[in-house]
Amino acid sequence: MARKLPRKDVVIVGLGWTGSILAYELAKAGLDVVAIERGPWRDTATDFPPAYAQDELRYAIRLDLFLRPEQETLTFRNNASQSALPIRSFAGFLPGNGVGGAGVHWNGQTWRFLPTDFRLRSHLEERYGKNALPGDMTIQDWPVSYDELEPYYDRFEKLCGTSGKAGNLKGTVQPGGNPFEGWRSSDYPNPPLKQGLGAALFAEAAHKTGHTPFPQPASNMSEAYVNPLGLKLGQCTYCGFCERFGCGNYAKSSPQTCVLPALLRFPNFSAQTESEVTKINLDSTGKRATGVTYVDTSGEEWEQPADIVLVCAFSLFNVRLMLLSGIGQPYDGATGQGVVGRNYAYQTTSGVSLILKDKILNPFIATGAHGMMIDDYNGDNFDHSGLGFVGGGYMGAGQTGARPIQTRPVPAGTPKWGAQWKKATAETYQRAFSLSTHGSSYSYKDCYLDLDPTYKDRLGRPLMRMTFDFHDNELKMSAYLTARLAEIGRAMDPAEMTASPRKGPYNVNIYQTTHNTGGTVMGADPANSVVNRYCQSWDVHNVFVPGGASVFPQNHGYNPTDTVGALAYWTADAIKDRYLKNPGPLV
Amino acid sequence: MANIVVRSLSRRSFLASTAALIVAGSTPGFARTIVGRMPWEPGSATPPVQVRPGPWMFFTADEAALVEAAVDRLIPPDDRGPGGKDAGCAVYIDRQLAGPYGGAAGLYMRPPFMPGAATQGYQLPGSPAARYRAGLLALADHVRTAFAGKTFRELAPADQDKVLGGLETGAIVLKDVNGAEFFALLLQNTQEGFFADPVYGGNRDMAGWKLVGFPGSRYDYRDWVDQHDKAYPLPPVSIMGRSDWTVRE
Repeated sequence: MARKLPRKDVVIVGLGWTGSILAYELAKAGLDVVAIERGPWRDTATDFPPAYAQDELRYAIRLDLFLRPEQETLTFRNNASQSALPIRSFAGFLPGNGVGGAGVHWNGQTWRFLPTDFRLRSHLEERYGKNALPGDMTIQDWPVSYDELEPYYDRFEKLCGTSGKAGNLKGTVQPGGNPFEGWRSSDYPNPPLKQGLGAALFAEAAHKTGHTPFPQPASNMSEAYVNPLGLKLGQCTYCGFCERFGCGNYAKSSPQTCVLPALLRFPNFSAQTESEVTKINLDSTGKRATGVTYVDTSGEEWEQPADIVLVCAFSLFNVRLMLLSGIGQPYDGATGQGVVGRNYAYQTTSGVSLILKDKILNPFIATGAHGMMIDDYNGDNFDHSGLGFVGGGYMGAGQTGARPIQTRPVPAGTPKWGAQWKKATAETYQRAFSLSTHGSSYSYKDCYLDLDPTYKDRLGRPLMRMTFDFHDNELKMSAYLTARLAEIGRAMDPAEMTASPRKGPYNVNIYQTTHNTGGTVMGADPANSVVNRYCQSWDVHNVFVPGGASVFPQNHGYNPTDTVGALAYWTADAIKDRYLKNPGPLV
Repeated sequence: MANIVVRSLSRRSFLASTAALIVAGSTPGFARTIVGRMPWEPGSATPPVQVRPGPWMFFTADEAALVEAAVDRLIPPDDRGPGGKDAGCAVYIDRQLAGPYGGAAGLYMRPPFMPGAATQGYQLPGSPAARYRAGLLALADHVRTAFAGKTFRELAPADQDKVLGGLETGAIVLKDVNGAEFFALLLQNTQEGFFADPVYGGNRDMAGWKLVGFPGSRYDYRDWVDQHDKAYPLPPVSIMGRSDWTVRE
């Protein structure tokens, strides 16, 4: 029997980017807020100080900062004819764990979606006709527009201190930036990072081949920065330990560097760590949440009553919590009925690896998100007529640090061990780097999340089951993008080049990205969405899913975090300005 | 919903009461409540524990002899530097198998264990330590049978390479053990040891990092990021310092 705690105004499930932003905004508005986080408290000094943050084995291989599958994992299958089996060790994607969530271990790529991405189905049908899209593709328009979100993108980028160069200031194209991006009300808060030789050579080749390269927007500080909450970030030292690592230098934006020290100054905020929310509780009508139940490390259950429940966990676990709590109709992959778990999508990535003839690239000098990119083949930035697919992605030369357990390229055909391998490894390391594409993943009827019939977690609750595979549209898109990227690679006159477009089937063993999206998608119609345009549950009006990537109706050709952060601020304003005054459905 | 009261906070009043409150909570275990300030206590960081030379902690003497011989073929010594044995790869694997990694700590190990598609990931119940124990035993048996009672260490390097290559391709079938999977695990761990920070027992004297030119846990490349096509001049450094600062035990 759960022990009942004193009531709070707001209970937040998960203290990552969205949880900390919502907590700050609502605590500042005077509400009593508690955030319940199943992982440990984390901060720079204790968990990734510069004395030992640069430890590839611990953080990148043994995955010290990530969720332990014994605590929670998923089952996976490529299609409904297979039996799903548990992901026993995470590899294909890596959910974060603990305070800060994925905001601790991300690289810092900070991209906005394109204005046309927000009305994707309408836009594509207008341009290419109603029959252009595959019948089983379930993409839909977002219920918010780019113009509505623009101020919130701006706010999140200023919170982060993102480094970059505007390509479109209030409608005027800016030289040096991304000419395809949506209009921006202001430039990035920090100038672009410096680039290494690989990125510089790519930019030169991209320009020569008629493209428009620009520095990737990066939440790694090109200069020391004080954010609007008064928190100070240090200048990035290009140490090359960003992806999968916490930053020892306060130079990567994270809840730790950008929000938490200011948040904890509010006495009306508290965090409850190593405590896992097991359920959102509903009253007898099923239309109103009464709070949450959580279990602490000793196994004891607690009930936390609250007037507003904010579901702020990692996208996949938002979906599972909604399913376990019985909020919204679960999606049935066989019939296409139901909404919770519908439109799970991912990202379609690919690469082109290059070995240059005689260069010293120093590939270990890197930040998570510096690099030079082109956006010519993203979204609908190019004419898809006759190509046989829709969608696209950005591409270019990112360099996240050539840490040698994971990054030791050798020429094709080299043995995997022995004398030849050793020689090739030594001779190639300084001359090799890779280009990559970051492609969209549109949603389909047969790609979804539901509860597994067989496997359970440590508390006896069903694991969530993922059913996902790449579709022809995405594989054709990846083939096209990778071929364009290889043309630019060839213009760099490499000694050797290998292009690897994405091939099916999706393999959960091979790391691709942790951009798992959908499952509690936002929409204008309760028949095809779980939350409305304010990220509010259609069924239970005091439950919000404020901007986790689980609300994306499909995934676009960009990293999700900027949109996640923008939606968190958008939802915070809707709660403060509208919901508190008149609690009830906002749509 | 009438319960929500939007209060306007008096900053002065709460600053006055900033007795920073970190309650261990009324709950046992690690769960805790954090209020008032960023929690921090001296001495609460968890640096890695340095691997010290000494007796094997997981391997038997026979197993260790086999592994040391094998890692020295996977990464052979040559004029570029030491091989897997002298770089400490077997020590690294031994200490990893004796620790949380060997015991499959943190992995999802609940039944049922069922075979699946290759896209679904590893699905057998054995921990890495158990896989080594069984794999090394089966490999030793195979060598004894195929090479007239000899051990792997006693074989000529060319024969050792033949055995390892046969495991890799599946041409050699071990009793009750998937030889190719065991080889892949051994190769993965050997290369981890060769390129991981020396604090974990391998990559001795930063041999792996020197081989490729990786400077290790250098902290600050601000002066170097845009010095294109120039060799970085400083030698590698480990989390625990540099080999020429450290007395070799």
